[in-house]
Amino acid sequence: MRVVVAGAGTIGSLLAGHLARVAEVAVLTRRPEHARALVENGLRVSGRSDFTATLRASSDPDELGDADIVVVACKGGDLEPLAAGLAGRFAGATVMTVQNGLGAEDVVAARGDWPLLSAVTFMSGTRHADDHVEYVLDTATWIGPFRGTTEADAEAVAELIRSAGLKAEAFADLRPAQWSKLIFNATVNAVAALTGLPHDHHFAEGELGRLVHDLVDEGKAVAAAAGATLGEDPWEMNVHATRRGHAHYPSMLEDVSARRPTEVELINGSLVRAAERNGVPVPLHTALYALVKAKEAGYT
Amino acid sequence: MRVAIIGCGAVGSLFAANLAQLEDVEVWAYDAFRDHVDAINEHGLRLSGAGDVVGRLRATADAGELPPCEFGIVATKAMHTDAAIAAAAHAFSDGCVATVQNGLGNEEAIAEHVRRVIRGTTFPAGKLVEPGHVQWDVKGDTTFGPYRDVELPEIEALADACTRAGMPAKAVADARGPQWRKVIFNAATNPVGALTGLTHGRVCERPDLRRLVSGLVDEGKAVAAAQGIELDADPEELIDHAAKPEVAYDHKASMLQDVEARRSTEIDYLNGGIVRFGREHGVPTPLNQAIWALVKGVEQSWTR
Repeated sequence: MRVVVAGAGTIGSLLAGHLARVAEVAVLTRRPEHARALVENGLRVSGRSDFTATLRASSDPDELGDADIVVVACKGGDLEPLAAGLAGRFAGATVMTVQNGLGAEDVVAARGDWPLLSAVTFMSGTRHADDHVEYVLDTATWIGPFRGTTEADAEAVAELIRSAGLKAEAFADLRPAQWSKLIFNATVNAVAALTGLPHDHHFAEGELGRLVHDLVDEGKAVAAAAGATLGEDPWEMNVHATRRGHAHYPSMLEDVSARRPTEVELINGSLVRAAERNGVPVPLHTALYALVKAKEAGYT
Repeated sequence: MRVAIIGCGAVGSLFAANLAQLEDVEVWAYDAFRDHVDAINEHGLRLSGAGDVVGRLRATADAGELPPCEFGIVATKAMHTDAAIAAAAHAFSDGCVATVQNGLGNEEAIAEHVRRVIRGTTFPAGKLVEPGHVQWDVKGDTTFGPYRDVELPEIEALADACTRAGMPAKAVADARGPQWRKVIFNAATNPVGALTGLTHGRVCERPDLRRLVSGLVDEGKAVAAAQGIELDADPEELIDHAAKPEVAYDHKASMLQDVEARRSTEIDYLNGGIVRFGREHGVPTPLNQAIWALVKGVEQSWTR
């Protein structure tokens, strides 16, 4: 089995490192020096797993060879150029997006006629270096068919991921899980980015807990108007996550702390635009979306 | 007339040094910052900028030293009101205490400790440059009005002294209009600057952010209207005026300066106050509530 993992942030690195134990893995990076570090040193995975994976890597898609599965796991802002780089390549592969927000599948679908799977992941980690990722939360990756694929295809990839030591589940319809995660991320990531608080008990109690609850309710109203049923209840996901005993730093908080572009367009933008399309007022999410974008503008 | 300034930071110093110019006013200042107190006693209190003045007055870091006074002017940050006036209350057993602080709830806090209280709002601004020296950035008016057990002529005597001293002030029967105008302005702009890191002008030139500011203003106006308060000017006009390059485009809101220095902010007395009065009068204030919770979250992130 040949797997190309496109994008080697935290999630891409966790998938690539683990899959390299059961498949031939090649990693597509944005920066050449990132690929060099992976090839020369291997990819160290610490935390809940502990090993160093040997894999191929390049910033040039033509050097990666053919693939049976292409996993797209880049940051939202890198998606368009990365998808453009996949066009005309990897014939015969099934492409799976593992992205936050809504609409990543459509961006990739526009670039080629591969069979497509769509995935959301709830696992998390911390990227310590180009060649070192720590596996922190061992929650599952959920996979469903998107275009030209079946639940059985999703299950085959889920089984591959499980055999590599990560958690994965296949679903006939991924939309409920995607909506739950979208509402959860749009709320928790933006509140964390604006306050500087990691995802801790403050999100489930007092005035901030009330705000989080109200934001989740706005999100649920959008999902209902869009005709989507929800998977897990985003508020319960939030409460559960704050009780894990150690506080998680959402990626949007890490991004604003490092003054990097965030995924606010893909996450909060998706939700606010879906609300507009469906005529649902979301004043609180609209406020958070404007505030996080302004915070990004404040870097310069 | 003997006047004690309670909290002699930037705004308190503007009142203290200017009032000290008057022959018929004896000025005391109580402040916890001992270096500032010592410098005032040694060299006088110097203002520079919009006006150049040196005021000779008695400063103390020990509220017990304050003599009985006809008037007090409280100018601490809102979160220090209670402690400051509790310590100084003995000087005002017959006197009247006015607040010139930001936000909502200061009169109530003062009234816990002294009987006769004057509501006030002031617009001049400055900053402490070094002990004994305050830079006077902006001149502006002050409005006083009764809060409890004070008659208008007494308030007029205080306003007259301020005006003669170069701090134009007027006494009105209902001083809530200017107070709420300033609170709404501050609550709609300060926390947005604090959360985004942007100056006032940059906040206003982003259409989505400017809409959020208007949403906050509208809620504040609704809460004011529910109490029968007539604003003396439209906060929206003040916001757009301040955004002009020659006015305050590059101004970092004091709350942004507080957040950058990791000092507690006045959010409880601005957006928190609007939310509280909104609840009392049945007016929903979801945006102010959200902004309040976010800035409280920022403060909590420093101590977790």
